[in-house]
Amino acid sequence: MDNNYIFSRKTQITLLAVGVFGILLLLFGYLTEAPGSQRFWTNYLINNLFFLFIALFGGVFQALHKIAYSGWHIALQRIPEALASFLPVSAILMFLLYFGMHDIYHWSHEGLHDPILEGKAAYLNIPFFFIRMAVYFAVWIWLTRLLRKNSLQQDLSNDIKYYKKGKVLAALFMVYFAISSSTMSWDWLMSIDAHWYSSLYGWFVFIGLFVSGIAAIILFISFLKSKGHLEFINKEHIHDMGKYLFAFSIFWMYLWFSQYLLIWYSHIPEETAYFAPRLNDHTILFFTILALNFVIPFLGLMTRDSKRNLKWLSLMAVLVLVGQWLNIYLLVIPGTIGKTAQIGATEMGFVCVFLAGFLFVVFKSMAKVPLLSKNDPLLEESFHYET
Amino acid sequence: MRRYISAYFEDEENLLRAAKELRAQDVSIQDVLTPFPVHGLDQVLGFKRSNLPTVAFICGGIGLVLAFGFQTWAFTVDYPLFIGGKPHFAIPSFIPITFEITVLFAAFGMAIAFFIRSKLGPGANNVIHDERSTNDRFVIIVDLDEAGSQDTIVKGILEKEEAMNIQVKEIES
Repeated sequence: MDNNYIFSRKTQITLLAVGVFGILLLLFGYLTEAPGSQRFWTNYLINNLFFLFIALFGGVFQALHKIAYSGWHIALQRIPEALASFLPVSAILMFLLYFGMHDIYHWSHEGLHDPILEGKAAYLNIPFFFIRMAVYFAVWIWLTRLLRKNSLQQDLSNDIKYYKKGKVLAALFMVYFAISSSTMSWDWLMSIDAHWYSSLYGWFVFIGLFVSGIAAIILFISFLKSKGHLEFINKEHIHDMGKYLFAFSIFWMYLWFSQYLLIWYSHIPEETAYFAPRLNDHTILFFTILALNFVIPFLGLMTRDSKRNLKWLSLMAVLVLVGQWLNIYLLVIPGTIGKTAQIGATEMGFVCVFLAGFLFVVFKSMAKVPLLSKNDPLLEESFHYET
Repeated sequence: MRRYISAYFEDEENLLRAAKELRAQDVSIQDVLTPFPVHGLDQVLGFKRSNLPTVAFICGGIGLVLAFGFQTWAFTVDYPLFIGGKPHFAIPSFIPITFEITVLFAAFGMAIAFFIRSKLGPGANNVIHDERSTNDRFVIIVDLDEAGSQDTIVKGILEKEEAMNIQVKEIES
């Protein structure tokens, strides 16, 4: 069972091709669409957040299952571990946002004479913004690395202390993530519309993170299986991933609607300022997101057989990932580009470049260690798992 | 006249092995009563998959249509009121109630369907084959033919797996 994933030349070249194609698209977009610096930085932020969320979910997935004493996930825990290896890259990319601050965040400008923004200046100012960013990333990277290291040490030893240490690390990560996931969404997404606020926003972004992470793990399982790996992951594990995707798609919609209903009901201009541009200027996109993130996975994954069919599940995962990307897109653009925003070659190019880079980092990290962790006391349970 | 054997096990592993063995010998198992769900028992007994999800879907669908339809009728046709400056046909305000009624119908539908299908519920008169089935033991009930040709095989298998209280019973029917 000691088969490593081999990051073959063929896959590397395919990823390189995707990256080069993305750069060509960017060049083409640069020539035909003449995107300003605002469009550039907006796309940069959208894609960075999208892949950061998937990477971050690697940590969440491990932590969640470890503190819940789950056994079934042990056989597939190398995938979330590899996902989290993208975090350092994401951190560097996020810090580069320093050069594009003014294009995205209105509050970052000097001398606005805006009483609301002046009231929020103690929190929303550029130095503190980057200090927070540094703190988030430092602890995320530190804890996910420790989790990874711990699981690799477990491979070499039969000692139960690594299992126990993993639980402590997982609990620490969970507590820290619970707070930082909310504040990061305020910082990076909600502050784009700095006048508006919603106390539900952090959870909404977090569930988006959860759903896209689950979809990404499903696609990695699907890919690795097609290469003949992961023979120990059976229909039961896939069924559970399907249940996750199904349930959290519903929960995503639940939170989306909870936010919408309250704003719609009270009809206060300060609050409807958030939904008005999204619904009126981007009507098709607005409803496409709801269809992709809720209607399609809800109806498509309702039966037991559909959750156990990896091909069908992968198709749903792709649709959900597209939906989540569009969701982040719609969270960002009304506050930056506004009405004129449209998805063209520039957007596609950014996605291709980021996707190639993300997959490259993750596959590289995945190929370093065996795909099956050893010596975990719950590993045997994972093999005999039955839903 | 129907004849059957009832016996109980202390452990679900014994039960699973015995059931597998009995099925391999072409003995028909009438019922198995367990204090908690035993993984893999459904496959061993060769049960078909339950249709309960379909029942839930249909009942949920009925609830959805009823709730949404009733609210639409009440707020637009029967007694239109202006509430908070919203239109009469205000879809977002219907959704929480529609959601709740859908869940309610699906849940009740499943519970009722389950009671009907397994002949349970208030007033049902069920035979208790073995007193221990109401406690913490795994009870198995095996059909026997009238001639008694399978008796020794069945008893042998049950005894091998440490079954307790093996009784042959006969019911006039």
